[in-house]
Amino acid sequence: MDQESAAASGGSLISLTDHEQRYYSGLHALCQADAPGKLSSGKVAELFKASQLPPEALHKVTEVCGAKHLGYFGTAQFYIALKLLAAGQSGLPIRLESVSGTDLPLPRFAGLKNEPESRHAAAPPGADPQGSAPGSVARNPADRSTFRHLEASAEKKEPWSPPRSPCSSPPRSPLAYRGYPYSKQRNGVDAQIPYDNKPSSRPGAQLEQHSSPSRYVSKPAVEHPAMARASSIERLNQQATMNYSDDDPWRMTAEQLEYYTNQFKSLQPDLGALILGAVAKNFFTKSKLPIPELSHIWELSDVDRDGALTFTEFCIAFHLIVARKNGYPLPESLPPTLQPGFSQREEEQIPDTPESLEPLIVFEDAEPRSCQVDPSGIGRLEPSVATRKQDLQGESLKQDTSVKRLASSREKSTLQLGAFPERPEPHLELDPQMRTKTRQRSYSSTSIEDAIKKAEEPPTPPPRPQKTHSRASSLDLNKLFQQGAPGVKGGWLLPPALPPRPPTSQVPHFLNVSEQATQAKVQQPNFADFSHFREEEESSVKLEEQGPSSRFGLSSEDLTSASKQDVSGTPHSQAPQKPIRRKYHPESQNLETGPPPPPPPPPPPPAMPFPPPAKPSQKLLSRQKREIQMAIRKNRETNAVLRRLNSELQQQLKVVHKERVTLESQLELLRPLAST
Amino acid sequence: MLPFTVYFSPDVFFPQNYPLYIRSVPSQNELKFHYTVHTSLDVVEEKVSAVGKSLADQRELYLGLLYPTEDYKVYGYVTNSKVKFVIVVDSSNTSLRDNEIRSMFRKLHNSFTDVMCNPFYNPGDPILSKAFNGIVSGMMVQTS
Repeated sequence: MDQESAAASGGSLISLTDHEQRYYSGLHALCQADAPGKLSSGKVAELFKASQLPPEALHKVTEVCGAKHLGYFGTAQFYIALKLLAAGQSGLPIRLESVSGTDLPLPRFAGLKNEPESRHAAAPPGADPQGSAPGSVARNPADRSTFRHLEASAEKKEPWSPPRSPCSSPPRSPLAYRGYPYSKQRNGVDAQIPYDNKPSSRPGAQLEQHSSPSRYVSKPAVEHPAMARASSIERLNQQATMNYSDDDPWRMTAEQLEYYTNQFKSLQPDLGALILGAVAKNFFTKSKLPIPELSHIWELSDVDRDGALTFTEFCIAFHLIVARKNGYPLPESLPPTLQPGFSQREEEQIPDTPESLEPLIVFEDAEPRSCQVDPSGIGRLEPSVATRKQDLQGESLKQDTSVKRLASSREKSTLQLGAFPERPEPHLELDPQMRTKTRQRSYSSTSIEDAIKKAEEPPTPPPRPQKTHSRASSLDLNKLFQQGAPGVKGGWLLPPALPPRPPTSQVPHFLNVSEQATQAKVQQPNFADFSHFREEEESSVKLEEQGPSSRFGLSSEDLTSASKQDVSGTPHSQAPQKPIRRKYHPESQNLETGPPPPPPPPPPPPAMPFPPPAKPSQKLLSRQKREIQMAIRKNRETNAVLRRLNSELQQQLKVVHKERVTLESQLELLRPLAST
Repeated sequence: MLPFTVYFSPDVFFPQNYPLYIRSVPSQNELKFHYTVHTSLDVVEEKVSAVGKSLADQRELYLGLLYPTEDYKVYGYVTNSKVKFVIVVDSSNTSLRDNEIRSMFRKLHNSFTDVMCNPFYNPGDPILSKAFNGIVSGMMVQTS
């Protein structure tokens, strides 16, 4: 059937030799599309690319053969094109005249190089290939169907056939696809020939790869969902079978890599980004592998264990799926050829990106900038990323990133999505290194760090008024004593300033001061509160007497406010200064009745450390940071103390409770006696 | 002589406490270990609810020796999502120090998070991951 039409159309325009006839019909069958008479432009493009002619020549060919005019490759156009290719390859100008009537050698195609020779050599073309036909038919459809299954979104796979979109968009129905292998089985021997001879000419590499999948022939056909995936898959099949150069099934070929790249791009346009777990799950589930196997594949391929797939990991996973589909058992660990470092080397050989809109302008020698840089960059960074990952794991344990990790998968995905927006920022940086590093960080710890930082920052607002602290604190104290509000503010400044010293040693300092002057009370209570607190729990005596006594001695108001302080201090332990400050605002005003004393010693000693660093205004930030850290430390200590107190109190509560229970039971026993 | 169990109680399904993964080295007496682990859940719950923790701390995840019996010691560990790990160790195996138990729990926790990261794993399913199995076996072999 093919041949007839071919002869009819081909013969009308140009004369084809018998040999050419067969060859061309074989190629035609290769590029067979579902729409009768129309060839899949993608495959045709592939073929043209394989002819290794410069792109301009290919364009010319398309133009001359009339396909451009028509918008698709019909049989006739195809044959003419083939002839033109042959002409081009032999150095003749690409014109119709050159092809009509002259004796041209068969066009050579990079992968199909052996075809003509083997065709010549295979004197009984039917016998051998037929013998191997079932095997190869099994091979090829299996291979093809493998990729067919794996391609989740063929709709997005049109990139390399857009100029022919009118003809390529008609759905490549799976029926036509399915029919292809079967028809091949039945009567497409001729069509099979180029295909078969190719494999047989290879040193058994494909045999190895496609050895077992004969049973897959029917299976994929049965399972095949009605998704349009034909073009790219067939193309990849051709390429895979054409250029398969390795014996190792675990080795990714350049074409497969291209294919995976396409798939990756369809899921995630940026090659440097990650594919989220959920997305990848949906994608790989379409391959119809059982879930445990997919789970195992995931474990193997997600080397950095972040729940998302980088481009390299994606390729690994895809390749494993392909291999599994072809019948290879899943390995227990990642084969060395599949490991990220290796694949990175492979990626550097990527000849071109199929994304180019013009199918004929597929530069074989051009290096794709984005496509290549990213994978290689990422691949190179895999080991560093892996080490970072371990560091992060260490960090994460400390920082409890397990909080996020152990969340339900929904939460995890939302977290990933939440963390993901952070990644687009790094994408702005062109350096892939930064990208991967920030990606790692952003997933597991940045969000946590942010959360922790946020949690810790609100408790320490005091640093903000630091600008007033640029002077010596004695000035603040002056203000403190003279006016109420700024004074309090100044006084408020001191407590955060004090933390550099161990608070316990500071407290006696303050306390001494307080005994000396009443003004110091404003600041001192702030600290005395904490010391009081601490002392109560730790029952350290030395401060206790001084602190509470001195404070309580001052006024009963102090006591009430102090007790209020305690209460308020606990819940507001994170922001200790604020409530204290508020409480003592009236206090200080009350106390202001005393004569404003000269700037007492208290300011100087605590101020001592500060004037030197405080004076230069540039050191403000570092001091603020220091103070924040001090405040954090203080808060932590407070927390620990409170926790201890809490546990002790709870124990006491339990004891008391028990006693109460016993007493009540005794009462119950006694009451009847008493009543009677 | 080191049975392991991993019990789950994800926060969502609070009343449920079904095991996601149980493994023990000696094949005999397995039922006894199951029972032990199940009862130790109570102790774990008690410890978890007792500590009104403000900051989830690594130290608080490790619950330490839950209770010793004449035959064996039980250690507990709870994660932030209320997943409980329980290790039962033979009392005769006195060489195991607290630090080692902690590190075992940490490893368990790590491999558990790896399992969770797998999008094909649904929380609540029994853990079938070979990697997880491998790690657990490694730990058991190492200690026995």
